[in-house]
Amino acid sequence: MPTFDLAINPVRDLNAALHKLPADTNETLWTVSNPGGEHAIAVGVDAPLTINVDGNVGYYCGGMNKQANIVIEGSAGQGVGENMMSGRIHVKGDASQSAGATARGGLLIVEGNASARCGISMKGIDIIVKGDIGHLSAFMGQNGRLIVFGEAGEALGDSLYEAHLYVRGPVASLGADCVEKELRDEHKSELIELLRAAGEAGKIDVSEFRRYGSARKLYNFNIDNVGAY
Amino acid sequence: MCGIAGLFIKDPKLQPQLGDLLAKMTSTLCSRGPDSAGFAIYGAGQEGRSKLTISGPSEASITNVAKRLVAAIDPGAATTVRLSHAVVLLKSEDVRRAVEWLDAHFPEASVVSEGQRLEIYKEVGYPDDVAKAFDIASMSGTHGISHTRMATESAVTTNGAHPFSTAADQCLVHNGSLSNHASLRRELAREGVKTKTENDTEVAAGYLTHRMRQGQSLGEALKSGLDDLDGFFTFVVGTESGFGVLRDPVACKPAVMAETARYVAFASEYKSLTCLPDIKTARVWEPKPATVYFWEHA
Amino acid sequence: MTQHERAWPATAPRKSATFDDYALSEIRRAASTGIYDIRGGGSKRRLPNFDDLLLLGASMSRYPLEGYREKCGTDVTLGTRFAKKPLKLSIPITIAGMSFGSLSANAKEALGRGASLAGTSTTTGDGGMTPEERGQSKYLVYQYLPSRYGMNPDDLRKADAIEIVIGQGAKPGGGGMLLGQKISDRVAEMRQLPKGIDQRSACRHPDWTGADDLEIKINELREITDWEKPIFLKVGASRPYYDITLAVKAGADVVVLDGMQGGTAATQEVFIEHVGIPLLSAIRPAVQALQDLGMHRKVQLIVSGGIRNGADVAKALALGADAVSIGSAALVALGDNDPVLESEYEKLHTTAGAYDDWHEGKDPAGITTQSPELTQRLDPVVAGRRLANYLKVMTLEAQTLARACGKSHLHNLEPEDLTALTIEAAAMARVPLAGTTWIPGAGVF
Repeated sequence: MPTFDLAINPVRDLNAALHKLPADTNETLWTVSNPGGEHAIAVGVDAPLTINVDGNVGYYCGGMNKQANIVIEGSAGQGVGENMMSGRIHVKGDASQSAGATARGGLLIVEGNASARCGISMKGIDIIVKGDIGHLSAFMGQNGRLIVFGEAGEALGDSLYEAHLYVRGPVASLGADCVEKELRDEHKSELIELLRAAGEAGKIDVSEFRRYGSARKLYNFNIDNVGAY
Repeated sequence: MCGIAGLFIKDPKLQPQLGDLLAKMTSTLCSRGPDSAGFAIYGAGQEGRSKLTISGPSEASITNVAKRLVAAIDPGAATTVRLSHAVVLLKSEDVRRAVEWLDAHFPEASVVSEGQRLEIYKEVGYPDDVAKAFDIASMSGTHGISHTRMATESAVTTNGAHPFSTAADQCLVHNGSLSNHASLRRELAREGVKTKTENDTEVAAGYLTHRMRQGQSLGEALKSGLDDLDGFFTFVVGTESGFGVLRDPVACKPAVMAETARYVAFASEYKSLTCLPDIKTARVWEPKPATVYFWEHA
Repeated sequence: MTQHERAWPATAPRKSATFDDYALSEIRRAASTGIYDIRGGGSKRRLPNFDDLLLLGASMSRYPLEGYREKCGTDVTLGTRFAKKPLKLSIPITIAGMSFGSLSANAKEALGRGASLAGTSTTTGDGGMTPEERGQSKYLVYQYLPSRYGMNPDDLRKADAIEIVIGQGAKPGGGGMLLGQKISDRVAEMRQLPKGIDQRSACRHPDWTGADDLEIKINELREITDWEKPIFLKVGASRPYYDITLAVKAGADVVVLDGMQGGTAATQEVFIEHVGIPLLSAIRPAVQALQDLGMHRKVQLIVSGGIRNGADVAKALALGADAVSIGSAALVALGDNDPVLESEYEKLHTTAGAYDDWHEGKDPAGITTQSPELTQRLDPVVAGRRLANYLKVMTLEAQTLARACGKSHLHNLEPEDLTALTIEAAAMARVPLAGTTWIPGAGVF
């Protein structure tokens, strides 16, 4: 159970130690204390570890994460879980902008609010935000699922591809080519499965969510849609 | 491309620590802005008097300029010298005359700021070094703003550093890059607002001052800025009674705030707030885009 | 009677220089289709370029080197600033970023083979790294773009260098574009897009904007790769003095500067022709930025955009670059726009040397297409050999010119070895007009 104090050792040493672990390591529970808003904490991890970070982190915590379960006992700066491939990141506080940006797999849970551009260019990640999300979230979202218990800011799902968006609260406005869609049984099942993963099974009526997706009008250029560009 | 920190003290018992806390906050922003640093401190004022902050190429030079200025305008006026800057406490009605006198006799000296309570210190150099040289940590006051600079399109010079002041007790710092500042500079010049540098931030400062001279409040001027200023910006504006924060509608540049019963703080990165007392229990949030936030002392 | 029924000769019919044939045809096309013209390649207009500069060979005051025996070194090391494993190349000519998707798999393989034979690198493009590419290229630079298609940490660690793309010469300020015809099954899978739709790429990175946040992003990429790989930063030539300054301050190891002649797979014609500046005008400000920061030769500068032969290589290095990169020229070496295929170009309403509608995916040479029938026309081994030949010729040409100037290494070429034929070239390259000491223009930033 290694512990790492970032007040004493630099982030470089932490990441180097995490990267050196063999695939079958026994050191699967790490604690990182005094993160003090540092950037690039636990990036590029590729091992089935649990990493508890005791405090607030800076930019890109858990960037390109594979397999690891990273718990942030605090808030996260810009780009938490950016390009995550698999694994899980749990932010107990708030997440700053571009949370889960371009991520291709795994699960990102934010207990508080996420800021602007949540899930921007998402490529397969599942994101669950229990608070609100900011403007331009899911911009160019290709794949994956974004679930928001609270409100969404302006231009949700602008230029959306095939990501699934579910928002329970009001949406300030929808982006280009993003429309509300019918919430059918298969979508409710999807919601139930993801709420369970977020530890919220049975606590929320999934019918309260509204589904948003791509109208697919921008998939092949047509001059009559030029106003959307 | 830069770092910004701001601190507005609510609890008077914290005022003596303003400079120290601001210097510590600024220290974490050195790598985002290694070229130069500036500090705006709103300290104690005196009825009927204004502080004129001037800067020159060296301590010896500015000491001499200050001495000659005082002798010519207001013999006996108190002067404090910090490195290349001097703060001269003149009678408020003498400030115009003093600025003209300086322009005529010592064109190499710059007027950095004027105001009842505002003092601005800015220099080229690594921010930690600049803060130490000006002894910012010893200063006290009700509110302060600091800035660390990575120059984008204009030169790395003292005058190019932020904060910019274009009116008494007003100053502005900026993180981002305005895309229409050249045209705005020309328009402002036509309306009589002079700028001295090619810096986009100076244009924004001049724009806000101009709007307020025309009768708008700071909040209204910032709102007008959303229409007239193009590009990416996070602004922190200082006035005699408080400070304001505004992010552009696209809001790519970072901004985080923290509030407790004792202070309101602003910084480009959360890292900068970790030195503040009770930060672990503070309310921490990110200002929304295109929204004016303002705090002032009654 | 009209002018033409009278006895005297009519005035000669005169076409407008402003409304020339091209402009007229474009107006007609826009009126018919309602969409802007999209094409590949770089700027086709006549622009100031390296042909307007000449090298001053040795005579009485300077002495040349003999060929062969008296060596003229060509090696270059990229990424000496921070990387644990800098990239050591045999020649200062690299292959620029071009995606699998815009190019066929065979074309990418050919580029890898040819570059490896010549001891230099290739670069991935907006779509990710293919296993073939990594297998064929001795040195592979992995692009990190706003779209992040296919981006993953394993490929990042397999790369020999990482190139963060801020822009390219054909479209500084624009994003990527791949039209539906080229989103085949394999391309769609790599980019995680539905097959057959138009791919829109963002023009800004999703999780940082500005040099201050870029510094944090560069640090993250170094952390993920344990500080091994050189980090390149690629910009389209626009405001090179500021851009290179900021690139250095953000922590780049190498800067790649792409002039407006640089090609693209597809973008709007107006973007290619009217945004960005020629490479010739961008190099001196970029080098000055490095010199002002004391970083010339410590942060390496690679330039691209219309490099065609060894003379261009020598002149670019003389102006202060550490290396050049080729894209369009490499494709021509493979067989792009070959007159041998003229009958096929005619069917596409074009002619060899002018074919640029690569986004339609119908390339008769099998290079800028995904069609299985067309791509098999390109034999990667034969084409790879052709590229290696071309790279070798460029290197020999550059060495010949450098030796004539008395240089034992290409890097010892300097601006004083150059002179200009036109006032524009003299001002842009900051070298004197031939036969004079005059350098026009106010000069420095």
